[in-house]
Amino acid sequence: MSESQAAKTQLRVGLFVTCLVDLFRPSVGFAAVKLLEDAGCKVIVPPQTCCGQPAFNSGDRADAQAIARRNIETFAGCDYVVAPSGSCAGMLVKHYPDLFADEPDMAIKATAFSAKCYELVSFLVDKLGVTSVAASYAGVVAYHDSCSGLRELGVRDQPRKLLASVEGLRLVELDEADVCCGFGGTFAVKYGELSDAIVARKSDKIAATDADTLLAGDLGCLMNMAGKLQRQGRAVKVRHVAEVLAGMTDAPAIGEPVESAAK
Amino acid sequence: MSVAATTPRFKDNVHDALHDQRLQGALPHARNFISRRADAVARLPEFDALRDSARAIKDHTLAHLDLYLEAYERKVAEAGGHVHYARDSAEAIAVILGICKAHDAKVVTKGKSMISEEIGLNAALESEGIAAVETDLGEYVIQLRGEAPSHIIAPAIHVTRDDIEADFRRVHRDLAADRDLSRPEQLLSEARAILRDRFLAADVGLTGANFLVAETGTSIIVTNEGNGDLTQTLPKVHVVLASIEKLTPTLNDVAQILRVLARSATGQDMSVYTTLSTGPRRVGDPDGPEEYHVVLLDNGRSATLGGPFDEMLRCIRCGACMNHCPVYHAVGGHAYGWVYPGPMGAVLTPLLIGVAEGGHLPNASTFCGRCEAVCPMRIPLPNLMRTWREREFERRLTPPLTRAALRLWAFFAKRPALYRLAVEPAMRGLALIGRRRGRFAWLPFGGGWTRGRDFPAPQGATFQSRWRARSGATQ
Repeated sequence: MSESQAAKTQLRVGLFVTCLVDLFRPSVGFAAVKLLEDAGCKVIVPPQTCCGQPAFNSGDRADAQAIARRNIETFAGCDYVVAPSGSCAGMLVKHYPDLFADEPDMAIKATAFSAKCYELVSFLVDKLGVTSVAASYAGVVAYHDSCSGLRELGVRDQPRKLLASVEGLRLVELDEADVCCGFGGTFAVKYGELSDAIVARKSDKIAATDADTLLAGDLGCLMNMAGKLQRQGRAVKVRHVAEVLAGMTDAPAIGEPVESAAK
Repeated sequence: MSVAATTPRFKDNVHDALHDQRLQGALPHARNFISRRADAVARLPEFDALRDSARAIKDHTLAHLDLYLEAYERKVAEAGGHVHYARDSAEAIAVILGICKAHDAKVVTKGKSMISEEIGLNAALESEGIAAVETDLGEYVIQLRGEAPSHIIAPAIHVTRDDIEADFRRVHRDLAADRDLSRPEQLLSEARAILRDRFLAADVGLTGANFLVAETGTSIIVTNEGNGDLTQTLPKVHVVLASIEKLTPTLNDVAQILRVLARSATGQDMSVYTTLSTGPRRVGDPDGPEEYHVVLLDNGRSATLGGPFDEMLRCIRCGACMNHCPVYHAVGGHAYGWVYPGPMGAVLTPLLIGVAEGGHLPNASTFCGRCEAVCPMRIPLPNLMRTWREREFERRLTPPLTRAALRLWAFFAKRPALYRLAVEPAMRGLALIGRRRGRFAWLPFGGGWTRGRDFPAPQGATFQSRWRARSGATQ
């Protein structure tokens, strides 16, 4: 195949970076870009804000619809839309069509859009057939299954499969890995005491493993678990699974200080 | 509404529950249901197909509920029984009190019935000088304690064995003070001996119903203790108290739903007793009541039909949703503040007592989706909770500060260019402040988070600005 043909058949993948990764942890976005590019995709990043889930889950349907409309438009030129988050991808895949249930024209567009949206790791494995990554990580890793990815999108085996190919990494069983960490978006602030009680149990389960690193596929859950582990003085490093799969673990783990600043 | 709700004080209830050491010691029992259900489901390869079938049966029934109610009523009458329709709690109580008074009843034994909790029946009976005796062991225990059920199938799940021993010693005063009650079986046999007398003394026996069968006019209860059978067979009068959505077309339909019910609830293939009652004792029957009444409660359910919450009417009260709920596990059932706890309660409570009173419950969910994943009737519980949130938002019941923050955020989220201008300096500033520790122990307006957790600092410039810089603003 000539280079020009390769360019033509190259998938145009729009990165839906998610607001949390955009704002708090750009390194996850770059890890996602690397994984997608390594798999042969052309990655594009149109200007974007959020999937609209905070509005949708707060009952503000009108704003959720307005944000969804914009996103559907924004990513119109992409073959696929990929997000490094099961929760945001779940919003695009499962809830965008529901949002326009009463608007047939938009519902058709939303359904077509949702069909090309994926969570990052399941896109690599299920859609692109990636079976291994060229990365190494010296650590004992526990993996938490974030709820939306697991139950809305069936993300479970895919990250474990790719993590198994990371050189030097040992994956250990996390008891109740499929149980919610208590994040729940605005729930974590509105019902802070309840959220904190749920993540306290998760933190205990993580500490009960011999893992030195906790991974998951959703930054919201990761920030919640990192925040609890650190408040409790537990020395478990917390990272997004994409960082490890891409071999991009130079940035400090979530909630850890920049070394030069800490000294 | 007959039972006062503490649901508006949900956050206080949560706080109290989290600091109640005795309760926290008892709550882990609720998790025992998880592996039992999983094992039972794994033993039945067609379980998911049965869920589809169960859902289809209920959807069909609800779509034609008027016809099935009429058919059921006819069959009950043919069998010699009486059907009473009750629009609300007050009407249901009036009917039941009427039956009790007609028989000069002094003692009413009761099988387990959540509808009787919903209408506040025990208090109504007691106020008329009629003793209401709960005969389900868990219900008996919480009646002694003056409490409400904290779980729809395991009403005393918040109580420990030690608590029960103390309650029995406190209430069963005419028994030897030095008797041994150290083992659960001893507690059970003491309760059994005491209840045996009550069964024989009862004038009226009241049960709920898991199913009402239109084909035959039969009411069906599913139990594990046999108390329901004694409750409905020994007294002269049997009263069935059930809500209208318990209707099921045929016995064959019931048989299908039964296959998912106990497996979802306790992980049993079948409950120990599945008892069918059709009318009063017939000539030649060796036992059974002389009168058979069915009180059919609406309490807002018919108004739910055809609306956004009508899928909730498929619920068969198995309790699987609460057994798998992280919120229920953290605080138990009483914190929900009314009759029905857990995810099913979070949808049902606003329907029954109004969203102004019950509005906390559909908000107090992480939408983890485990309830929907295990619901045998495939009720989309998170979606229904979200629909309640939409109702609250429309009616401006959402807390003003939350609403204002949401609108402000949405204003920017809809305008990417403005959003960039706002978030870029904010993130860089936050990163600079948080650089040394990498996280924050306190944030303005973030107390709900930072009281128990640190909040990770951002890395600095946003992904999108770095991306534009990297790709030379070509995109």
